[in-house]
Amino acid sequence: MYKIAIKDLNTLFSKIAEEQELILPIKKAGQYNFGVYEEGCDIDGILTNKTVKSGKDAFFPQFETLYNVRKKITPADELENGEEAANTKIRTKLTIEAEALKDKDFVIFGMRACDVKGVEVLDQVFLTDPVDNYYKARREHGIIVALACHEPEESCFCTVFGIDPADPSKSKADVATWIVGEELCWKPITEKGEALTKKIESLLASADDSAVDAEIANITSIMDKLPNTKLSLEGWGKGKTDEKFNSDVWQKIYTPCLGCGTCTFVCPTCQCYDIKDYTTKDGIQRYRCWDSCMYSDFTLMAGGQNRTSQVQRFRQRFMHKLVYFPDRYDMYSCVGCGRCVDKCPQSLNIVKVIKAFENEQKEAGANV
Amino acid sequence: MQGLIDRLTALLSDGTVARVIGWKKGDMAYNPEPHMFETAESLKDFVYDGFCGANLSKMMIEASKLEGKTAVCLKPCDTYSFNQLIREHRVVRENAYIIGVGCRGKLDIEKIKKGNKGITSISGTELDGSDDIKIETIYGDKNISYKDALLDRCHVCKGKDHMIFDEVWGESKDTADQERFAEVEKIEAMTPEEKFAFFRNELSKCIRCNACRNVCPACSCRKCIFDNTKFDAQQKANVVSFEERMFHIIRAFHVAGRCTDCGECSRVCPEGIPLHLFNRKFIKDIDKFYGEFQAGKDPEAQSPLTDFTFEDIEPGERG
Repeated sequence: MYKIAIKDLNTLFSKIAEEQELILPIKKAGQYNFGVYEEGCDIDGILTNKTVKSGKDAFFPQFETLYNVRKKITPADELENGEEAANTKIRTKLTIEAEALKDKDFVIFGMRACDVKGVEVLDQVFLTDPVDNYYKARREHGIIVALACHEPEESCFCTVFGIDPADPSKSKADVATWIVGEELCWKPITEKGEALTKKIESLLASADDSAVDAEIANITSIMDKLPNTKLSLEGWGKGKTDEKFNSDVWQKIYTPCLGCGTCTFVCPTCQCYDIKDYTTKDGIQRYRCWDSCMYSDFTLMAGGQNRTSQVQRFRQRFMHKLVYFPDRYDMYSCVGCGRCVDKCPQSLNIVKVIKAFENEQKEAGANV
Repeated sequence: MQGLIDRLTALLSDGTVARVIGWKKGDMAYNPEPHMFETAESLKDFVYDGFCGANLSKMMIEASKLEGKTAVCLKPCDTYSFNQLIREHRVVRENAYIIGVGCRGKLDIEKIKKGNKGITSISGTELDGSDDIKIETIYGDKNISYKDALLDRCHVCKGKDHMIFDEVWGESKDTADQERFAEVEKIEAMTPEEKFAFFRNELSKCIRCNACRNVCPACSCRKCIFDNTKFDAQQKANVVSFEERMFHIIRAFHVAGRCTDCGECSRVCPEGIPLHLFNRKFIKDIDKFYGEFQAGKDPEAQSPLTDFTFEDIEPGERG
C-alpha cells in the first residue's frame, strides 16, 4: 500500500500523463465527465462527484470509426489506353483503410467499483465469441485505477448486485485507491497495476494496509443507511422471461417514458450499438455508435419490426438488464450506479421498476 | 394538496373526466413522475409539490385521442405550451379539463444536491409550504431558502396567471427577480470567438440523448427529421464535432416563434447545457424585429414568423 497527499494529485496525474494517455473525471462547464488529462484541466471535486457518464467510453466509445473507404478516380489523360480512359469504372479505385486498433497503454483513473463491474459486463459481450477487436485492444491496453466511494449518494444501490463500493481491490481494477483524510491511498492489484505503480513510485510514500480500514468501515456503514440498498431482486434473474415479459405492470408504469436515450447513454453497461455509413467528400466512413433501445429506430427492420411501441421498448431495457442478461451470462447487467435514477427527465428508473413489480406481487398476495 | 386530490377525485367520480394527468409520488424525496391516473383510488399516490416541474401539456397530445375528457394539471407557464399546442392542432381543447394549479416556482434538484449528498427527505416544498425547506441527509441536516433552489427559469417567471383553464386551484406567485434577456445580452456582448468558445464548451457535453427534444412541447412532430433512417448522420451520436452544434441550432430554428420559453429543455438536460439560451435569443430577436410576442399567450394571435405583413423586416436587415 502506498499513499500520496491529495494536494499533490495534479503532480501525480501529470507524471502519469507524461508516459501514457490519462483519462479521468474532469469538470467542464459545471459537469463531471471522463476526459483526457491536459495540463490545466479542472480536477476540482473529481474525487467525490459522480460523473454524468460512466467512463465506459474509454473502452467502448459512443462513436468510433471502423474503417474508411476512399474513392480515387485517375484523370483520363493519365491513362494511355483510350478504352480504359473512357471507362469511369476502370478509372475508379477504392481503397479500404481499417481504423487502427489501440496499441498504446492508457490509464483510466477514478472509476468506481460499479463502473468497473460495468466493464466486466461489457467483457461478457465483447470478449466472448465473436470477439470485438476494437474493444479487446482497448481492454488490453487500459489500466484501471478505481476509487472507493468516499461519499455514496442516495441514488446508489450497487451493493444490491454484490458490489463493494468501499473496497475496489475486490473489483477487476488494476489499482485500488481510497480517500483517507488529506491523502489518497494507492494499492496495486494486478501486474498492470504494479507496473504503473513502479513508474510513479518516486511520488508515493509507503503506507500500512490498515490505513484504509476506517474508510472501508465508514463507507460500508453509509451504504447501509441509503434508501435503495435494501432493494430486493426476488423474482428477477434467470428463467423469468415468460412471467415478467407477459406482466401487465409494464403497461401501468411506462407512460411517462419520453423515449429519450438518457438512461441508456449514462449507463455503464448498455452495450447496444448501430453501424452506419457516412458519405464523405471522397468516400465512405463506416462508423458505429451507441444505440438506445428507447429509440423508435432501434433494430428497425424493413417490415416495420422489431418493437413498435414505447411500452415494448421500455420493457426491453429492463428485461435485458434483469432477465435476459442473467439468462445468458449468469450475471445482472445493472450495477446499481444510480445514474439513471439521477438523470431520467421523468424520474422513471430501474429502481422504480423493481419496486413496482414488488408492489404488484404484494397486492396479488393480499388478494389471494 | 388534499384539497386538490379531493377535487380531482370528485371530477373522476362524477364522470366529468375519465382520467387525470398529474404527478405521482416518487420513491425519493424529490422524484415525482408525470402520471395518468385512471381511478379515484389511484389518486392516493397523487402529489403536488416543489419538484413537480414537469410540463404536462405535451401528454395531452396522446390523451386528446382517448375517449372522454382528461383532467390535466397545468402550472401558469405550462398553459402557454398548451395554448401553443391548440394553435398547432396537436391537442383538442374540448377533450381537456384544465386544472390551473398554483405555483410558487419549482425546485432544481441539481442545485439542492450541490453540497447535499445522501438526501433522505426534503420537507416544506408544497404550495403552502415555508420560505425555507428542510433537507435531511445521512451526512446531516440543513435548511435552505426555497428561493435559492428555484429552477433558473423561475427567476424569469412569466407571471402568476394561467392563460387557459377550466378552474384554478391554489395561489400562484410571480417569482421573477431577474431580467429575462440578461443572459442573452451577456452572450450578445461577447466577441464571435468568445461566443463560439462558450457554445462549443457547453455543447461538447451533449450526449445526444434527445431528452431536450422529446420533452419539448414545441417538438411535437409525429416523426422527427433526425429519426429518419435514410439520414447519413445519426440522431444518437455526433458523427463529426460540427453535428453536436448543428442538432441544437436546427432545433432552435424549428421551434422559433413557437417556443414559449418553458425551459423544459434545460431542466431535463443530463449534462446541464443551458439550451434555453438559443430559444431565448430567437424570442428576443422576434420581439425586436416583429414587435413583442409571447408564444402561447393567445391561441388565436398571429404568429410573427408564419404570418406575412408588409411591415415585416427584410432579410439581412438588423433592425
